Amino acid sequence: MSATVPPSSDEPPAILLEHVNKWYGSIHVLRDVNLSVGRSERVVVCGPSGSGKSTMIRCINRLEAHQEGRIVVDGTELTDDLRSLDTIRREVGMVFQNFNLFPHLTILENCTLAPIWVRKMPKAEAEALAMDYLIRVRIPEQANKYPGQLSGGQQQRVAIARALCMRPKIMLFDEPTSALDPEMIKEVLDTMVGLAETGMTMVCVTHEMGFARQVADRVVFMDRGEIVESGTPAEMFGNPQTDRLKLFLSQILRGH
Amino acid sequence: MGSSTTAATAGATPARQRPSAARIGPAAWLRANLFGSWASSAATLVLLYLILRAGWSFIDWAVIRAIWQVPAGAHGPDTTICRQAQGIGACWAVVGEKYRFILFGFYPYAEQWRPALVVALFIALFIVSGVRRFWRRELALLWIATLVAIGVLMWGGVLGLSYVPQNQWGGLPITLILATFGLALAFPLAVAVALGRRATSLPAVRLLCVIYVELIRGVPLITLLFMASVMFPLFLPQGVDIDKLLRAQVAFILFAAAYLAEVVRGGLQALPKGQSEAADALGLSYWQKTRLIILPQALRLVIPPLVNTFIGFFKDTSLVLIIGIFDLMKSGTVAIAEPAWQGLSSEIYILLAVIYFAFCFSMSKYSRNLERTFGRARNR
Ligand SMILES: Nc1ncnc2c1ncn2[C@@H]1O[C@H](COP(=O)(O)OP(=O)(O)OP(=O)(O)O)[C@@H](O)[C@H]1O
Ligand SMILES: [Mg+2]
Repeated sequence: MSATVPPSSDEPPAILLEHVNKWYGSIHVLRDVNLSVGRSERVVVCGPSGSGKSTMIRCINRLEAHQEGRIVVDGTELTDDLRSLDTIRREVGMVFQNFNLFPHLTILENCTLAPIWVRKMPKAEAEALAMDYLIRVRIPEQANKYPGQLSGGQQQRVAIARALCMRPKIMLFDEPTSALDPEMIKEVLDTMVGLAETGMTMVCVTHEMGFARQVADRVVFMDRGEIVESGTPAEMFGNPQTDRLKLFLSQILRGH
Repeated sequence: MGSSTTAATAGATPARQRPSAARIGPAAWLRANLFGSWASSAATLVLLYLILRAGWSFIDWAVIRAIWQVPAGAHGPDTTICRQAQGIGACWAVVGEKYRFILFGFYPYAEQWRPALVVALFIALFIVSGVRRFWRRELALLWIATLVAIGVLMWGGVLGLSYVPQNQWGGLPITLILATFGLALAFPLAVAVALGRRATSLPAVRLLCVIYVELIRGVPLITLLFMASVMFPLFLPQGVDIDKLLRAQVAFILFAAAYLAEVVRGGLQALPKGQSEAADALGLSYWQKTRLIILPQALRLVIPPLVNTFIGFFKDTSLVLIIGIFDLMKSGTVAIAEPAWQGLSSEIYILLAVIYFAFCFSMSKYSRNLERTFGRARNR
């Protein structure tokens, strides 16, 4: 396991997971997970269904609480303290598999909501900011429509813009393209590649190997709640060490 | 039919493009739905005959043979002709004679412009509250101002208005007061209880809400009204007396809130979990999330059952007559207790039905309107 050390090790890591354990009732879903993500590092997480990928990244912004171990995000440790939770959620943006746009608000309102209410930004400023990001994800003309009027790919790009409007330091993606029709996957991946180029710290659960090769500094393979193997995309895909990763790769390659 | 076929036949046989009048229009509809076979034709004709007969009898009674006025007698109106016509023609004279009593009960006759103004204020309040453009914070102030104005008008004792004790109030204002403030206060309480029932991190609050809903739902409204009117004063310290109407109002609010809470909870339950998670991930606080994301969506989902419950409770206000509060229903029944007008219940109940219907139907119509507006915003 080579690249577990963040690129510039003098800085504290953006995300640090140490000996994290989590159970759902009696099911052990995260087993002694250790992960350190440096600033501007881009990590792709893959693994079979039910291996705990979603659970792990949802622990990073505490949509789920872990039971053992330590999670430190941007220098703040995640505890039950509400203030630390607020701090972290402002700094961490998240994009979901099912977009989760707010259907009763327009695209623009979806994007300005959090800046206005959480960051207390004046409305005009928030709208200018939102338009900025909508231009960046290339759908400014949809600003006054409702989510239900957009295609899946467009909705997911809005979801990315909505998260970016909070100017997060870290972005989490949970299978952002797996609910999309094939012809829309590319537009979303292109947006994410563009985002990676801006130096955003990203943790992305995805099975898009092309994307992983193109942008990931590191690929993390999870199985049954554990991080089994991690390394650069070239190492992981070209020279897998464990049988479990070999099996997984052969399965997803057959699937594609 | 694919578009290519249409294009091919368009030039050659234009007649086939346009269905003949026999296949569309009312005649075709009649043939298809009412006269499809011998059996259905026969059923249609029999039912048509029965409907026409019943309709005709009603018109005959209510209009053709109806008595609209009665002559004045020595002691008030002479209702002899109404008694003679009983069962043959309606006696609408009773409405002309008694409508003020039905609408305003024993409120002093000379002061009845006051409850009349109260009714007008209520209707204006409904109309203003119904316009989405006015859904702002100021609307709450308007409601408070209206409540105060209504109190001043009904009670009097200030601004040169003579004092009218609550036991002289009656009729439509009572019904509107009970229903409007009942539902207006029950609704926020219901939302709070529904949210409380889902507060996983506050087990005590949750338990309290569950107990409240189950307890209230488990007893009939009449029981609750009796408790409010008979039992409740026993628990109060000596000398403290809370207005009977107010007690009934509180019982009514508590009862309605338990039912509404379950309707609201249904809406909360129907909302995908992702909505709440997305709001959390953006850093919204619990209250911001609830107010901006959860409730607007959950309440839109339950407009039909919500309005259904509203309409039910509007009519249930008539149950307060059991504890001696003089609402519209009660004043209607008292109006025909007088010997001269006895036996004219059909006419009065028709009048009461028309009044209740006017309010309930407006609510139902408005709710459909609201649904359409919100539906349009969502899936245009
Ligand atoms: N709320 C929950 N309650 C109980 N068990 C859960 C819950 N959420 C997830 N699990 C279990 O935890 C395990 C890990 O789930 P998780 O969603 O993290 O997997 P995943 O790797 O994201 O899978 P997928 O690729 O299918 O999204 C699974 O066994 C799942 O059944
Ligand atoms: Mg998952």
